[in-house]
Amino acid sequence: MPRLSVWFVRASLIYLMVGFTLGALLLANKGVFLHPLVWRLLPAHIELLLMGWVVLLALGVAFWILPRWQTKRGNEKPAWAALLLINLGLWCVIAAAWLPGYDDLLWWGRSLEALGVAAFAFHAWPRVKPWVEG
Amino acid sequence: MPPITRTYVKTALVYLVLALMGGVFVTLRPVAQLVPWIAAFTPLYFHFFMVGWVTQLIMGIAYWMFPRKSKQQPRGSERLAWAAYWLLNLGLVLRLVAEPALTLTPLALWSWLLILSATLQWLGGACFVANTWPRVKEK
Ligand code: HEM
Repeated sequence: MPRLSVWFVRASLIYLMVGFTLGALLLANKGVFLHPLVWRLLPAHIELLLMGWVVLLALGVAFWILPRWQTKRGNEKPAWAALLLINLGLWCVIAAAWLPGYDDLLWWGRSLEALGVAAFAFHAWPRVKPWVEG
Repeated sequence: MPPITRTYVKTALVYLVLALMGGVFVTLRPVAQLVPWIAAFTPLYFHFFMVGWVTQLIMGIAYWMFPRKSKQQPRGSERLAWAAYWLLNLGLVLRLVAEPALTLTPLALWSWLLILSATLQWLGGACFVANTWPRVKEK
């Protein structure tokens, strides 16, 4: 597994654990009321599991297994940028639910995430090809 | 495909079908307004899709396809992989029972089953991560 995929997949496993922890708190809170602030964890729960766990894992594995040119994976820079942008965006989206004064944060978060996945698509586009060219 | 993976993938397929059937069931809400607890199935059918289908499929395939941990233990611990499977699925099935039941009758039993469901699912996730983490490495 290449280094960038290791980063993507490790991040996704961490987000899985944090997202499941928040989910478990939310579920337990439905059973026995724990604290009024627990419901405020819902946006973070959703963001960590959909963008963090599912999307980062998919992109990490895609970077690893999509067809290459001999051993080369083409232009890797946009894929590294994607890792950075999506992670930054994810934390902005989560923070937005807890910082009511910063209304722009949600917009910034979603924009960074969108830019990140666009960068990854740009990297991956030419790799979606037959294994053997010609 | 190792036996654990086959079990994961087949169970995931069952959840996919159940989740989409749940989706159909939830649309009955306007028709069957006399049954308020149908609303309680909305988060459930969604989690059957994302946990039972998507996450479980990933877990099964990752166990099969991820880089080898070592020569002696290429796929990590088989026991941890089975533990993750049983904990996650027991937890999910408990949620299916307790979450709608709690909206019908506020029994303490349902509350505690919901907490048990949360704990089991969390432990299932933890077993998967513990078993998979050492396999995520550069060759
Ligand atoms: C891949 C995994 C998961 C994803 C993508 C996910 C996503 C979501 C989403 C989108 C919602 C909002 C649904 C709605 O408002 O109807 C939600 C709510 C919730 N999730 Fe999860 N979730 C995941 C796993 C879990 C797990 C493992 C647990 C518990 C152990 C959990 C517990 C909850 C609870 C209690 C709610 C609130 C339900 C309600 O509205 O009453 N989730 N989740």
